[in-house]
Amino acid sequence: MLNKIKSVLSSLMLVELLKGMALTGRYFFARKITVQYPEERTPMSPRFRGLHALRRYPNGEERCIACKLCEAVCPAMAITIESEQREDNTRRTTRYDIDLTKCIFCGMCEESCPVDSIVETRIFDYHGEKRGDLLYTKVMLLEVGDKYEQQIAADRAEDAKFR
Amino acid sequence: MMDFFAQLFGSYWPEVSLTAWTLIKIVAIVAPLMGAIAYLTLAERKVIGFMQVRIGPNRVGYFGLLQPIADGLKLFTKEIIIPSASNKFLFLLGPVLAIAPAFAAWAVVPFDLNMVLADIDAALLYILAMTSVGVYGVIIAGWASNSKYAFLGSLRSAAQIVSYEIAMGFALVGVLMAAGSLNLGKIVMAQQGGFWQWYWLPLLPLFLVYFISAVAETNRAPFDVAEGESEIVAGFHVEYSGMAFAVFFLAEYANIILVCMLAALMFLGGWLSPVPFLPDSFLWLLAKVAFLIFFFLWFRATFPRYRYDQIMRLGWKVFIPITLVWIIVIGAMMQTPWAHLFH
Amino acid sequence: MFEGMVFQDFVFYTFAAILLFAGLRVITARNPVHAALFLVLAFFTAAGIWLLLEAEFLAIVLVLVYVGAVMVLFLFVVMMLDINLDRLREGFWDYLPMAGFIGVLMAAEMVMILGSKNFGVDRVGAPPPKPADYSNTAELGRVLYSDYLLTFELAAVVLLVAIVAAIALTLRDRKDSKFINPADQVKVKRADRVRMVSMPSFKEPPADDAANNTKDQA
Repeated sequence: MLNKIKSVLSSLMLVELLKGMALTGRYFFARKITVQYPEERTPMSPRFRGLHALRRYPNGEERCIACKLCEAVCPAMAITIESEQREDNTRRTTRYDIDLTKCIFCGMCEESCPVDSIVETRIFDYHGEKRGDLLYTKVMLLEVGDKYEQQIAADRAEDAKFR
Repeated sequence: MMDFFAQLFGSYWPEVSLTAWTLIKIVAIVAPLMGAIAYLTLAERKVIGFMQVRIGPNRVGYFGLLQPIADGLKLFTKEIIIPSASNKFLFLLGPVLAIAPAFAAWAVVPFDLNMVLADIDAALLYILAMTSVGVYGVIIAGWASNSKYAFLGSLRSAAQIVSYEIAMGFALVGVLMAAGSLNLGKIVMAQQGGFWQWYWLPLLPLFLVYFISAVAETNRAPFDVAEGESEIVAGFHVEYSGMAFAVFFLAEYANIILVCMLAALMFLGGWLSPVPFLPDSFLWLLAKVAFLIFFFLWFRATFPRYRYDQIMRLGWKVFIPITLVWIIVIGAMMQTPWAHLFH
Repeated sequence: MFEGMVFQDFVFYTFAAILLFAGLRVITARNPVHAALFLVLAFFTAAGIWLLLEAEFLAIVLVLVYVGAVMVLFLFVVMMLDINLDRLREGFWDYLPMAGFIGVLMAAEMVMILGSKNFGVDRVGAPPPKPADYSNTAELGRVLYSDYLLTFELAAVVLLVAIVAAIALTLRDRKDSKFINPADQVKVKRADRVRMVSMPSFKEPPADDAANNTKDQA
């Protein structure tokens, strides 16, 4: 009985509502945790899986040997590879397309690559203005790799001990 | 200058000058009101952002101050899509019927002693009537859209507004018993004597019931089942776009400011100063209204949405009995030696 | 333009025209929702005409009660109906003579009572102008609670009985209803439903198991 009166009184006095409002009221004055994106960025892991890149060896030779493991493992079937023999009898890709609209950024291509050729970089804020813009060809992927090789190599080195 | 106009209109001058003056006064009320509505949207996003440990809009102008203008421009330039199976006339009439009463009610709101557009005796009743007419905008919009979500939203809203109007009306009955007048200016003047003489104290239960009913009347969280994003998309205005949609928003925010204005006038002493050594001023009224509006935003940031049957229970089984009991208490107390406590 | 026509007359005739039009459309509109909305318009203009008669309390209450509440519930019901208009109009011509007769009869009765014989300008005359601070709200209240107290209270009791009867007629408890009482739900406290159990978040694996596992792997 006493408990009943107590609960009725507390609901009439809006106790629980005031408690809730006190909580949000406290957070009103709390330090804001918003990261102001283009100027500020959150810290990123070396394992971050963003835009793809094709790497080269230091001597300028492309790493990819057209083994097509990445094409086979890709769960979204976003990778298309065609290959031919080059004049020096090595097997090389003539076509290496990644459809980024299909890609789910699982990172399995990177895992499967025996020569560390296809990698995923830290770049996440790329965009395309037309539909075709997000179909990355071999040239574009190599370009990305050339441009960010330093960062890519550093990330691989940092993560190497866990692999 | 005045003489020139007087000659121009001849014997019609008294009517013409009265109309012109009234129009000027209407503009003087509506223009700042529109500005307040625009910046209330910004304030809402900022306050809710702060309570969610975010900083809210801050890109358009310093501190996001131009955000409402950007939003307005965007909505102005967007196309108004009229659903092909809708009733076109009623579809476009809906937003008009929503916003017209929201603005019309401001005619009787006093801003300071003798600063009121229409100083009528039944002002309180007039405002109640106008706010209750506002529901037609919602109902017609929901029906004319020919969409089940819009229709469900309008049904919910109609039932909710009609239910909470009763509790709200009873709360106001307490105020007019205490003040002995339906005129808002007289109600404010009856509260003279500083902070402890305002009606919020003797009529505390009614004040709370009024304020919570006001939240429900304006379809704001936690009573926003009429919009209910998670269940019925956006409720009655789901089919509206561009300016037609913006007009619904203007009406909603105009209503928020209106009910807060009424609460400030009837329970918080209007433009009266809380302490004797400071003069009464319009600024006090502004401060009180801003304080109450902050609570609307605070509620929205705090409470989860009520379920529909809980809303109905709260309105009919809690608020109406509370107001009835307190009205009887006031009536009884007025016959006792403590009548001065209730004025 | 309106030579000799006072502004008030102009407002009156405008309102009267709208009122008649709206009233006519209430009974001629094919769509019941449109009919209900025209009824709302009729109430609104009627309130305007009452305002011209300085009956501001009645005018505002008309808007508040009929427009704001009664018609909302009306619309509520009408909007959800799926009315077959053709079947509704089936008996139109059959009933027309009877309905016309009753209509003419009622109109004649109204003319006889409300005609200029009883309510002419010479009979009633314009009421004396009221002082500026005259409040017909207060006056109405005073009359209702003094001269007409008994009839007023009787009317209130009749209304109350009607409310109770309406609820009693419609409030039936269905046995198969899955209705849950929100009041009971609100009363529930956390302690009634949730038992807090203290459990360590990590448990050390038994020592010998761990040893076996490493042996297997080796």
